[in-house]
Amino acid sequence: MGPEVLIDYRPLWAVLISLVAAVLILFSDRNPNLRESWTILAAIGKVAIIYSMLPLVLSGHVLEVAPLHIADGITLQLRADTAGMLFAALSSVLWLVTSIYSIGYMRGHNETHQTGYFAAFAVCLSATIGIALSANLLTFIIFYEILTIATYPLVIHSRNEEAKRSGRKYLAYTLIAGQLFLVAIIWTYILVGHGDFQAGGFLSMDYASPGVLRFIFLLMILGTAVKAGVMPLHGWLPDAMVAPTPVSALLHAVAVVKAGAFGVVRVIGYVFGPDLLSQLGVAEILAWVAAFTIIVSSLIAIRQDNLKRRLAFSTIGQLSYVVLGVSLLTPLGILGGMFHIIAHAFMKITLFFCAGAITVTTHETEISQMQGIGKRMPFTLGAFTIASLGIAGTPFIVGFISKWNIALGALESGQGLFVAVLIASALLATSYLIPVAYMGFFKKSDKFTKYGEARKDMLIPIMITAAVSIVLGIFPNFGAGFYKLAVMSAESITNSIHLIGGGW
Amino acid sequence: MREQLPALIVVVPLLAALLSLFVSYISKILARWVAIAALLVAHLSAIGALVLVLREGAPWHYHFGAWEPPWGIEYVIDPLGGAMAVLISFVSLFVAIYSGGFSREFNWLKTGGYYTLFLLLTTGLLGMVVTGDVFNLYVFLEISSLAGYALIAFGGNRGTVAAFRYLLVGTIGASFYLLGIGYLYAITGSLNMVDLAELLPPLMTSPVFLMTVVMFIVGFGIKMAMFPLHGWQPDAYSYAHPAAAPLIAGVMGKVPAYAAIRYFFFIFAPTSLVVSKALTVMGWLAALGIIIGSIMAIAQKDFRRMLAYSSVAQIGYIVVGMAIGNMYGLIGAILHIVNHAFMKSTLFLVAGGVKWRTGENNIEKYAALCGKMPLTMAAFAVCALSMVGIPPTAGFFSKWYLILGAIEADLWIYIVVIVLSSLLNAIYFFRVIENIYMKERIEVREIRTSKPLELPLNMLVPIVVLGLGILVLGIFNESIVTQILQYAIPGGGF
Repeated sequence: MGPEVLIDYRPLWAVLISLVAAVLILFSDRNPNLRESWTILAAIGKVAIIYSMLPLVLSGHVLEVAPLHIADGITLQLRADTAGMLFAALSSVLWLVTSIYSIGYMRGHNETHQTGYFAAFAVCLSATIGIALSANLLTFIIFYEILTIATYPLVIHSRNEEAKRSGRKYLAYTLIAGQLFLVAIIWTYILVGHGDFQAGGFLSMDYASPGVLRFIFLLMILGTAVKAGVMPLHGWLPDAMVAPTPVSALLHAVAVVKAGAFGVVRVIGYVFGPDLLSQLGVAEILAWVAAFTIIVSSLIAIRQDNLKRRLAFSTIGQLSYVVLGVSLLTPLGILGGMFHIIAHAFMKITLFFCAGAITVTTHETEISQMQGIGKRMPFTLGAFTIASLGIAGTPFIVGFISKWNIALGALESGQGLFVAVLIASALLATSYLIPVAYMGFFKKSDKFTKYGEARKDMLIPIMITAAVSIVLGIFPNFGAGFYKLAVMSAESITNSIHLIGGGW
Repeated sequence: MREQLPALIVVVPLLAALLSLFVSYISKILARWVAIAALLVAHLSAIGALVLVLREGAPWHYHFGAWEPPWGIEYVIDPLGGAMAVLISFVSLFVAIYSGGFSREFNWLKTGGYYTLFLLLTTGLLGMVVTGDVFNLYVFLEISSLAGYALIAFGGNRGTVAAFRYLLVGTIGASFYLLGIGYLYAITGSLNMVDLAELLPPLMTSPVFLMTVVMFIVGFGIKMAMFPLHGWQPDAYSYAHPAAAPLIAGVMGKVPAYAAIRYFFFIFAPTSLVVSKALTVMGWLAALGIIIGSIMAIAQKDFRRMLAYSSVAQIGYIVVGMAIGNMYGLIGAILHIVNHAFMKSTLFLVAGGVKWRTGENNIEKYAALCGKMPLTMAAFAVCALSMVGIPPTAGFFSKWYLILGAIEADLWIYIVVIVLSSLLNAIYFFRVIENIYMKERIEVREIRTSKPLELPLNMLVPIVVLGLGILVLGIFNESIVTQILQYAIPGGGF
């Protein structure tokens, strides 16, 4: 018995509201205050719409709307199911926080092209919510490609040679992946006749030979894993850090890369399904690739002196936690993987916000230049420390819950070796993030002697996300019922009734 | 009046073409409005005819002068021909409006001549898609070609050379087509398409038929600039008069492609050995053309030349759709005729707009134009995304149907080619986008200025309308496919 389906237009409004805002933003070029108020209004509206759907989804309903036919028998269908809500609730709330931060950052930094920046940002958010709420593969790839294109102006924001090169690299990676994904999607439509996501997957051995299914899986994973930065497809991500910090924060730590990770969740949980994948034996390979990424990216992160680059490599590793968790195919693994989407988002956005605040306030970007900075910016560095501890997996901070579940999931599937990977990675994370906090607080320096925090509109978002990281670590259902959403998704994907046993 | 719609589609622009020079002697402005009005009537007639046909559920056979075929000339409006007529008249109407920006600097003789040729070109193209008679098709092909040569020559000295080259090659192409019809007439004794479709099946194995098919491939191949018969095309598209280039590049190449679909899928049986082999050969050539055309496009410095080579590749998409040959493949081919007509016309409208203001064609000189011409450049960006095939623009959906068809037919090589071509498209279009949006502003002399808008209204409106059309075609492609195109393929109920 599936969940009760309600026809409701709210998913569509949730997607469209920021698109409308993007147009308004473009037309308010002359008046920055009016322009920014569109962003904030749309962000608040988006949060309101999505959170108004939340109680229904949590009580086991599914909200659906199919406003348009887009191809022969295929509709543009949006559906707010548990997994989709998880991602939508996350990105909408973080957009609101980031918007406030962006205004502070962009004005504090006297950036040019602000209109285009805010407009592209709004389009990105439409695409992200569209990805979260897509009900079938065609809808998914439409928003996925829109996201690719809408991010491009943000990557090339500074318009210099370096930005241009990063933009090219970004496009090369993502467009190629998008094409492969498209072929796989069309192939699925030909084989099955539809591409509607279904918890537990809709493909099966009846449709094609194992070889063909494996190949489709490979194409789909290539398509999604590029955005998720799974090695060796991660090359674009560190370079894309030339973008302004709020972009790195929301897009390269939350929306874009999470869209990739979320795509992996959809492919594994809603297209192929754990049963078929365990028959095909391909998920295990993916799990090992993810484990490899986790370790190697952490090793690279240690050697980066640029703070944003270090965080970028940390992102690559952390995203692979999601991929690893989901490709374990066990209920707890999937639960952990999905919850890590939430956990990592709050922690990493805090870290990027801090990096941005430091850059705007002191113009430092290299870690070696930040000795003693805790004297000048104690709150910022305090938030940084909390988030760092979370990334390393300290209990009572949100990162612990997801890692705990992933580890249990690994044991559940009998692949205990992954637990060793998780522990090693936690140690590595400690060694690349904690020194930054240590140097900031305990090293003396002549440079930072006086107290001088970041602007208020930057500091407040930092405090919020850092606080949420702790609150979620103690009450994982705080606010949006994220943990419950992840549990419900994992249950529906694996078709198991009780998995609270090992959970939190 | 309503019974005469098929005739109006062709006759009104033809009459206006004949009148144009006289009217222009009286008033240049009036000549322009006569042309626009004539195209509007043709467009409305085409829409009317298409709607009636779709409502009736059967093709409309219109007998000119009430002469019964096979003696008289018959016009046939079916969903395919009707949709093409709507497309051609729509694009032509907006290009005619756009021409105003250039034509107001002409003297009366040049204005009259320009609109005469422009209307003749449209008449020829419209005639080709509504006629049901193969010889009549030849006549219209020649009308459109001659008008086309003249409009290309209108573009100045280099245009004249390009036009002369095209004249030589194009005449050979048309002659091949004429020879092909001759063979058909010799073995069947008829020139009527419906007749031919009935008489030909027992003759499909004859060597004469083989010769006909070869003649048609070469004839249409030259006319639609299919690789490797495209040699005339880059010069012709680049040096054609910028006012007419959108019509020439956007639509003129598509109509022979339509004619090829008409012949191979409606008059001949695509399942017969000769035709299916012919389609396979064309498919391979097209696949090569897609790759080579795209690579050549990357190598170009001149914006219009880049677009011209991109057309060589895009025509390949249409031919690949034909070679795939199943329902999806054909829908993809026809949809791409429509989509690409919109995209390429818009791109040449943009090229013309930039040339109007700065006189430049070089991609390097497009640097930082986004500040000066924001709407034009936005239209360009939409086109570029559509050419790459990013949803929800139109280009994505032609690709969608072509890949659907190719997977269904197990023709994997075409999928590889289409995917590769999308990426090559991305390379050369994003290079232009980088120039427009990211380069430092360079001093470009403006030869004309426009206040308060970036371009005169009659140039800007077509650019915006066609640019938006690409988004509309993409978002509502499903209704186009299910309401029109699915009847436009053989076995679609017509």
